[in-house]
Amino acid sequence: MIDSSFVQQVNALSEQTVELCYHCHKCTAGCPVALEMEYGPDRILRLIQLGEKERVLTSSDIWLCASCETCGTRCPNEINIAEVMDGLRAIALAEGYPTPEPNAPVFHNLFLGIIGRMGRMHEASLMGLYKLKTLDLTADMDSGIRMFLKGKIPLLPHKVKKMDEVKRIFRETGG
Amino acid sequence: MELNYYPGCSATSTGQEYDRSVRAVFKVLGVELHELDDWNCCGASSAHSTNRALAAALPARNLAIAQRSGLDMLAPCAACYSRHKAADHILRHDPQKRGRIEEQVGFSYTGQVHVRPPVDVVLTDIGLDKVRARVTKPLKGLKVVSYYGCLLVRPPEIAEFDDPEHPVMMDQLLLALGADVKSWSYATDCCGGGLNLTKSSVAVRLVGRLTDFAREAGAEALVTACPLCQVSLEMRQAGNGPKMPVVYFTELMGLAFGLEGTDGWWGKHLIDPRPWLFGILDIGC
Repeated sequence: MIDSSFVQQVNALSEQTVELCYHCHKCTAGCPVALEMEYGPDRILRLIQLGEKERVLTSSDIWLCASCETCGTRCPNEINIAEVMDGLRAIALAEGYPTPEPNAPVFHNLFLGIIGRMGRMHEASLMGLYKLKTLDLTADMDSGIRMFLKGKIPLLPHKVKKMDEVKRIFRETGG
Repeated sequence: MELNYYPGCSATSTGQEYDRSVRAVFKVLGVELHELDDWNCCGASSAHSTNRALAAALPARNLAIAQRSGLDMLAPCAACYSRHKAADHILRHDPQKRGRIEEQVGFSYTGQVHVRPPVDVVLTDIGLDKVRARVTKPLKGLKVVSYYGCLLVRPPEIAEFDDPEHPVMMDQLLLALGADVKSWSYATDCCGGGLNLTKSSVAVRLVGRLTDFAREAGAEALVTACPLCQVSLEMRQAGNGPKMPVVYFTELMGLAFGLEGTDGWWGKHLIDPRPWLFGILDIGC
């Protein structure tokens, strides 16, 4: 289904002008993850222009983007495509689109949950919760244990003292 | 010289050797670092991937704390640097959003504090002459490539660091330490650090590409300025072949300066760089 207002929605959220893209493919040529993507950045921009909201928001591409900013740095029309990808992820989450890459939103949600409670990252909590949520219990056990033994994954968290200030930021920004 | 110091979350975990080496080398170079009181996480990729307002407000609280002394803020982690620079860019150039962020965080932005990456401070403020004068154990014969990664250089209007496609500042610094710095074309190619946990197969492919090209350039190790790259580059070297050490530029500075305690840094690495370092340098552990 075509949603002709989609391009405006994306432009407003990402503060970019997606219509400026004339498909020179420079972004996709330099994209480090284009190989794994379904469309690649320039075709994502084209699909937005065409109002293909569902195809874009259910695509793995928006979660495979590594936010390396190579695309936007090279875009001759100065579209910051990484910002567009951020906007697409935010819309996909807010409107509940299913994703073929569920681990990424799970990770972001857990990450921000810890920051909202403690103000700083606590890797041991993040890793534990992420494993429970994704049921990927064995992945990276070897390097995880080695890092733990080297004291790089502390058990005790470092908490921000004035957590009321951090909580206020989360509240005010809808985080 | 005095600076505010923003360690970032990795300083107490996966990037401990970066934090320790930054503190040690800045001390001997005469820069006093004041750790930001009660700093919070910058929100990293998770905030900007999902909530733009939060992604600007979290770093803004740290900038508000830094404003109390008014000193520029050193942010060694390239990701933290990028997030604070992005927030500062909004606060500096967008009055409407500035008003909103000021309300959310409860402060008044002065623009006095500039966020700085350590490579830039070493080259611009301290100067390579002072670095050279401190070198007691030149890194002669250490074949390395500089790896800048993404967030230190991109997007250029935010990062305001060197050239986004062909940065040279870290190369100049390593040359001043006496290292044999190889030139290569992949210094700013992404390592997939942002997908390290959520899509590790991509990180494995990108890291493999970087180590292959580094070897092709004649290097025996990668030198980085980002703790997220460093973890990804060490964790995601696949296969049973020899692994390439990945060290921070500040660790090599400490080594060249002959500082005590560098052994504690090397011991933190998943790929121990000591066999490589001490097979070449005649300086013992």
